[in-house]
Amino acid sequence: MSAYRDKDPRIHGIQSKIRVVPNFPKPGIMFQDITTLLLDPKAFKDTVDLFVERYKGKNISVVAGIEARGFIFGPPIALEIGAKFVPLRKPKKLPGRVISEEYELEYGRDCLEMHLGAVEPGEQALVVDDLIATGGTLCAAMKLLERVGADVVECACVIELPDLKGRERLNGKPLYVLLESH
Amino acid sequence: MFAAENGLKGDPRLQAISNAIRVVPHFPKQGIMFQDITTLLLDHKAFKHTVDIFVERYKDMDISVVAGVEARGFMFGPSIALAIGAKFVPLRKPKKLPGEVIAEAYELEYGRDCLEMHVGAVEAGERAIVIDDLVATGGTLSAAIRLLERVGAQVVECGCVIGLREVKGQLRLNGKPLYILVEPREIDGC
Repeated sequence: MSAYRDKDPRIHGIQSKIRVVPNFPKPGIMFQDITTLLLDPKAFKDTVDLFVERYKGKNISVVAGIEARGFIFGPPIALEIGAKFVPLRKPKKLPGRVISEEYELEYGRDCLEMHLGAVEPGEQALVVDDLIATGGTLCAAMKLLERVGADVVECACVIELPDLKGRERLNGKPLYVLLESH
Repeated sequence: MFAAENGLKGDPRLQAISNAIRVVPHFPKQGIMFQDITTLLLDHKAFKHTVDIFVERYKDMDISVVAGVEARGFMFGPSIALAIGAKFVPLRKPKKLPGEVIAEAYELEYGRDCLEMHVGAVEAGERAIVIDDLVATGGTLSAAIRLLERVGAQVVECGCVIGLREVKGQLRLNGKPLYILVEPREIDGC
């Protein structure tokens, strides 16, 4: 589901603030840079508002954000909807006891961790990140939450790269994005 | 300066914030009593108090830039920026920011590290604050201040949730005021 297709009038302003940086981190990749969106207070606020309007009052008690750009969007959403914020981090960053989930990268593997005790069974959760590409990281995030018995209601991203078919890797979980980039 | 000594003495929100922070002994290495703010983020009321206190302080100071230090500064900075109508500028470890950057090196206990900021994110003359979860030696914050000053911004203050003993007597960092909400928790007091 995409706000872009729903043609909310705020979308155009948000899209215009995202900068594409060619050949980062390597040749051939057109990197979607959201830092320029963060420089526009109105567009940044609109971005958060669109998610808050969707999720407020829906009994969501957990917003999980993926390091590091998920930490920029997740907490404002969590604060507005009355949920806790749970950071999902690269290995060895979280100081307490963690559970880990490995996932595939283009070359090699990586790992996402969550603190034990942060989320309780039965909690309704969102996973937030700036962008979904192949869906590998989001999938690992969902697994972490499900392993502790939470119910992942939806994954929410600012941008989707539909050509990479990340949506299909979410095991049928809904995905909500504001923008698509082809 | 500590919030309790600067207008917020007896404010119950500060106690709630302090109570929500968890101490993890011997992380990342022996002898360090790590101040874990992730438990604060799980306490919606206390997390909201944290942001509200900074917002109340900065909203009428004409601040147009909130810079946050990767990664825990990202958890607090954006909400403050949104509430006061400022831009949020992430200050990141090397090679994370995709565009043209300026870099500032700083000393670690063993070795050096580097903080980067996008060129063009901040303009000369803008009034800025720097936000992080915790200030220890002040090395990272000093590097953040230098980055902003190099592009001609005026750093009005650095705001941190927790301030370690080393900075307690220190009101200023690089000559900039430091505003801290709480002291570190002791393990026995948890």
